[in-house]
Amino acid sequence: MSSPTSTPGGRKRGRNTNPPTPSSEDPTSPPSQRRRGQDSSTGDLMPMPTSPATDMLSPAAPQDTSLFSSPRPSVQPNEVDMSSPLMYGTPSSRVEGTPRSGVRGTPARQRPDLGSVRKAPQVDLHSEPPSTDGAVASEPNAGQRLVIWGTDVNVGTCKEKFQRFLQRFTDPNSTEDENAGLDLNEPLYMQKLEEISVVGDPVLNVNCRHVQSFDAELYRQLICYPQEVIPTFDMAVNELFFERFPDSILEYQIQVRPYNALKTRNMRSLNPEDIDQLITISGMVIRTSQLIPEMQEGFFQCQVCAYSTRVEVDRGRIAEPAVCRNCNNTHSLALVHNRSVFSDKQMIKVQESPEDMPAGQTPHTTVVYAHNDLVDKVQPGDRVNITGIYRAVPMRVNPRQNNVKSVYKTHIDAIHFRKTDEKRLHGLDEEAEQKLFTEDRVQTLKELAAKPDVYERLSSALAPSIYEHEDIKKGILLQLFGGTRKDFSQTGRGNFRAEVNILLCGDPGTSKSQLLQYVYNLVPRGQYTSGKGSSAVGLTAYVMKDPETRQLVLQTGALVLSDNGICCIDEFDKMSDNTRSVLHEVMEQQTLSIAKAGIICQLNARTAVLAAANPVESQWNPKKTTIENIQLPHTLLSRFDLIFLMLDPQDEAYDRRLAHHLVSLYYQSEEQMEEEFLDMAVLKDYIAYARTYISPRLSEEASQALIEAYVDMRKIGSGRGMVSAYPRQLESLIRLAEAHAKVRFSEKVESIDVEEAKRLHREALKQSATDPRTGFVDISILTTGMSATARKRKEEVAQALKKLIQAKGKTPAMKYQQLLDDLRGQSETAITKELFDEALRALADEDYLTVTGKTVRLLA
Amino acid sequence: MIHINITDLWLSNYVPILIYSTASQNNSNSGWETKAVEFFQDQLKERDTHTLVPSLNDVPLHYLKPNSLVKFRCLIQDMFDPEFYMGVYETVDPSTKTKMLRCGKYKDVTECGVDFNSRNTVTAERQTFYCVPIPGENPWVKEISSSCLTEARVVPSTSYAPSRQKRSYEEDDDMDTQPQKQREPHAGPHSPSEHHGNGDCKRQETEAPSSQTASASHLDLNFPLPGEKGPSCLVKVYEDWDRFKLNDTLEVYGILSVNLQFILSMETAEEQRVHSPPASLVPRLHMLHAKPLPHNNPLLPSAALEDNSAFLSSTLSEMASVREEILSYFTHVLLGDALAAEYLILHLISNVYSRRDVLPLGKFTLNLSGCPTVASYTERFYQIIQQLVPSSHYLAMSLQNMNQMRLVPKKDYVANRLVSGALQLARNTSLFLDETQLEQGQLDTTGVRNVTALGNLISWQKVDYDFNYHQMEFPCNINVLIASEGRSLLPSDCQIHLQPQVAPSHLEESLSSIHMHPQASSQLNKFRIYLSMARLLDYSISDEVTKSVEDDFVDMRKDDPQSISAEDLHRMLVVARLLSLSLGQTSLSRDSWLRAKHIEMLRRSRMEQHKCVNGNEP
Repeated sequence: MSSPTSTPGGRKRGRNTNPPTPSSEDPTSPPSQRRRGQDSSTGDLMPMPTSPATDMLSPAAPQDTSLFSSPRPSVQPNEVDMSSPLMYGTPSSRVEGTPRSGVRGTPARQRPDLGSVRKAPQVDLHSEPPSTDGAVASEPNAGQRLVIWGTDVNVGTCKEKFQRFLQRFTDPNSTEDENAGLDLNEPLYMQKLEEISVVGDPVLNVNCRHVQSFDAELYRQLICYPQEVIPTFDMAVNELFFERFPDSILEYQIQVRPYNALKTRNMRSLNPEDIDQLITISGMVIRTSQLIPEMQEGFFQCQVCAYSTRVEVDRGRIAEPAVCRNCNNTHSLALVHNRSVFSDKQMIKVQESPEDMPAGQTPHTTVVYAHNDLVDKVQPGDRVNITGIYRAVPMRVNPRQNNVKSVYKTHIDAIHFRKTDEKRLHGLDEEAEQKLFTEDRVQTLKELAAKPDVYERLSSALAPSIYEHEDIKKGILLQLFGGTRKDFSQTGRGNFRAEVNILLCGDPGTSKSQLLQYVYNLVPRGQYTSGKGSSAVGLTAYVMKDPETRQLVLQTGALVLSDNGICCIDEFDKMSDNTRSVLHEVMEQQTLSIAKAGIICQLNARTAVLAAANPVESQWNPKKTTIENIQLPHTLLSRFDLIFLMLDPQDEAYDRRLAHHLVSLYYQSEEQMEEEFLDMAVLKDYIAYARTYISPRLSEEASQALIEAYVDMRKIGSGRGMVSAYPRQLESLIRLAEAHAKVRFSEKVESIDVEEAKRLHREALKQSATDPRTGFVDISILTTGMSATARKRKEEVAQALKKLIQAKGKTPAMKYQQLLDDLRGQSETAITKELFDEALRALADEDYLTVTGKTVRLLA
Repeated sequence: MIHINITDLWLSNYVPILIYSTASQNNSNSGWETKAVEFFQDQLKERDTHTLVPSLNDVPLHYLKPNSLVKFRCLIQDMFDPEFYMGVYETVDPSTKTKMLRCGKYKDVTECGVDFNSRNTVTAERQTFYCVPIPGENPWVKEISSSCLTEARVVPSTSYAPSRQKRSYEEDDDMDTQPQKQREPHAGPHSPSEHHGNGDCKRQETEAPSSQTASASHLDLNFPLPGEKGPSCLVKVYEDWDRFKLNDTLEVYGILSVNLQFILSMETAEEQRVHSPPASLVPRLHMLHAKPLPHNNPLLPSAALEDNSAFLSSTLSEMASVREEILSYFTHVLLGDALAAEYLILHLISNVYSRRDVLPLGKFTLNLSGCPTVASYTERFYQIIQQLVPSSHYLAMSLQNMNQMRLVPKKDYVANRLVSGALQLARNTSLFLDETQLEQGQLDTTGVRNVTALGNLISWQKVDYDFNYHQMEFPCNINVLIASEGRSLLPSDCQIHLQPQVAPSHLEESLSSIHMHPQASSQLNKFRIYLSMARLLDYSISDEVTKSVEDDFVDMRKDDPQSISAEDLHRMLVVARLLSLSLGQTSLSRDSWLRAKHIEMLRRSRMEQHKCVNGNEP
């Protein structure tokens, strides 16, 4: 539509084709406008606005309720464009008593985000006999209930209510980090006003939820008529502020920015009824435009007599004065660009976030316009919650024609941005996590939770196409629920890990990848990577220079992206050492430290890791330990709570069951399968609900059981002189027990949870930490990379070697090979070269000898 | 309502008028409009009525009258944002000042003199889909479906008949060779807007012949496959758009709108170009009714098989004999290798019939290794498949192709559209990967990504569309056939090594004779029906057979646990299923199971022989 820089001729033509407003074609603008124009031209500062233009007030305007639902009112101002300033200039005679000490010195700033005040109604008023106008101005206090045309908003009441809200509202249970440092028992927004007076940033963000809890009627008006109500709020705030802090100096008057309208919704659910209402939508910024200067006020100068005049934007157009008022020449005025007033505007495209989308559809996008200081607040890729006014504008097929395309162009005028992913990097955002469940759904979930076999049900619902491996599925199920988050940062230990890490190892082709794929599809914030293809950079985060802005941008990798989710890493063993080292920090501290290109930061990566590894030899060698089979450093292995082996058990009963399972997979109809297993959607909701709302704590009984379990585990080994459990195992047990309590929707960890945790832990250990030489479960295989028997054997050999050397008497140097042969001859068990080397190394550590090349020297 | 017997060509002209008039007569209680649409949908269900509606696929756009009823067989390539429009609005006649309510549904442009302040305006919402003709649809499908419709070819309306007639005579001849030219006889996007006068739909011949090619290159119609032709269309959907999914194949019945609009205020020029291309290139279609297409084989009745028991029983009884014929034909094509021919049949009738969590069931990707590299055997082989399946695509896996082609669709945020890729295919399309074209060399990033995408497609039957900031997974159902020399570098469900029964010296001769057998078209049609039919049949396994299958499996494992794994059982079950279906049996019999076991055994023993030959084994 008409751009501010279009030629005067074009504008003129546009003006003539503006059918609904023939009366405003008059070269002299309506009274209020003219007044404003004169004010500005003489350099006077604007007086404090007292109410939106008086001419918008009409006595008891018809309150047609049908208007609320129909977008019709929008058509009028929008046919025009949304970029004209608020008309604050009103005859100030009406509000004699209002104190406005400091206000006088503070200019009001235009709010293009709210769009023009309804102008179309003005037209109607002008066409009415002038007496009406006069009546409004002369008898404002005559007890009439004045409302803004087309709404049920009474300016006075509205203002009063809002001031009361500001003065009284407290939110003792506030968890928002914006309120950090404020006294929660004092009126919240008064403290914020104080902040404004100190900091000088004249923006007041108001949480709509607070407004709603304080005054539902006010909230309704705010949502339905943001364009009228927000300026009223502005006025109320400014009056209040300058009353309180008469001496403070602000750049411009305070602007109210409501956010978190309860109508927060998915882009997909926007419909014609939301037009012109205050909405909050969430999405991802995909594109931002260059800054667009938008003319707010045109400066005209007469070519003949140099008389100058200013004209404000009216419905997106600037009415070029046809006649110079000074010299009465026609068409002598020309626009002077650099003396005109412009405001900033930016077009932002927002796309639905992938989680909100139904399968098989493409994401929707919405255009958002940011104005003034909201420009450049967001970057492409940011996840944001946008609060703004939803607009629809009809499109003209041809500017010279009256018939329009029957389609509206829609956009949102942004009032407030709130980045959501920023919080994810720095803290927990419970609010964003909260998924809304309908009551019915919650009921179903609770019924399900009450069933005694819910644990079995859920675990069998997990990846039904994968046969058996019950314990592995149970382990993954507990991983999906996770433990309870604990914060010990005050006692200096920081956060405890609540996530359960699982490693699956086993023969190729045992559907490990399929399990991973399933989990990745199940959780909302899952990431799937393959160890072979990912570098440390791809997993963590990297710093990139944006080609356009030359700005350094931190790009996050899979681990950070799956914060609060699960990171599935396939082919874990193929990962380079460098990459794996990154995981050390993530898997215990749950953070990621980055020091790159001048950016030093610590990102949260509270992700559970589900990894799959193949044995080094293509087949699992049962004669070797887990470490030897998969060749992963034990430091990393010990960070996994559960390590499972997925092997091909070779027995007939298993084969039969497997065959039955597979065949039924191929012929059962969908319905039969549905009955048998829980729906994936139910499972998803169940997990989401439990993760959000349930945080079980240990009961006394359970703690005792845990202690016992731990002591038992330590005892097993002590008999044979080895350590069979470490505190890490205890922590694992606690996490598993908590997760199991979550499965039951229980706020308390009870002994059955501990029992199951113990059982599962034992099962996993039995598979992965059995010493193939002795057949005993030996935790040190996982914690030190070597079984206790192996270590014992090493020591024995070392001692034997020492004896042998001592028996040889004082010989300062010996041949390496000679020594090995001697030892072999002496010992009854076979001694490998490796064993011998290790024994030598052990003796070297004792400073008993040194090995140089092929000779062994004794140290005296 | 008046009862009209819609059996003649009036249909296409009449229905829109009916709908417009009923819709505008009443606004608040618009039951009439629903009734009119329902009435029309009922009419379409009646036999053969739908053949009277001209199809955008076959009839060049300039033969069709604006605001008439047309149909379009298409694939949903992209979904645009929903738009708000004036469902009902009021107009004021400038001279008489009379007000009139009008309906904005099924139209792009309003009448003159809209009263924006009217309280009777109703804003409604509709969705736009960008639809393209089914990618890879083979020429025979187009030929047959257009021949069914000859009577529906619209007689050009009198107002512009003379010039039309003349043009059509000239161009009918080269229609097949240059449909591009036919499709875009109208002015390009730069055509001045003065040409279309008011919003009414009188269309004019404005083109200069020289501008044709220019306008074609100007606008990328975003077809998934390179070299595709045909009109693409913006389909406006008024109801239930949630039930449509990306890549669905539909037959859309709707009102054609070719209003030329050039002034639109999209945010960027690029976006403008994509979202409102000139209507002469990309017509708008206002959907009244859409029929999901389970297949696009015009030889099969379009109604569901259950409703057509006569057809079903007649073809079922013939299936076994047709199978023999097609087997011998394939054996000949595959140089005398009967086993490979058997597997080829199984592959061609395979279909993902269900998904169990992430696992697609029923897919049967075939890797035909040992293909001769002489005399462009693979290309000829593809041509034969092309003759038999409704849609297919040949993808030469040359290094250059892999490194340069766009296989995965990608979202272009500048133009706000989904830029298509070669893997955006309709269900049951045959994708022929020719690995014999691959030579040694380096794959770059794109190449690696493309190979990964192909691997994902084969193992999970899904394609991860690239949305720049994230990926989105779209399930698909594509039959992938890989022709390679050795074992393919891509995964496959089943690999069979071709054993030509022809002496190497005669290879050349034998190859050239493949095309020497011009199949009678009736024979070809029989094969076409057979392949499509077998895919649509239901299938079940009785408990009894289940038991014996289980026993077999346990026995086989007992002898040698290494010889057969769960994966092998998976494959054998699929083979058994496809084998039964290929014989027209809808449940697994003991015989079929044994036969499946037998051919699997033959195939495996053949694989053993070739094991040492190449290095791609794990």
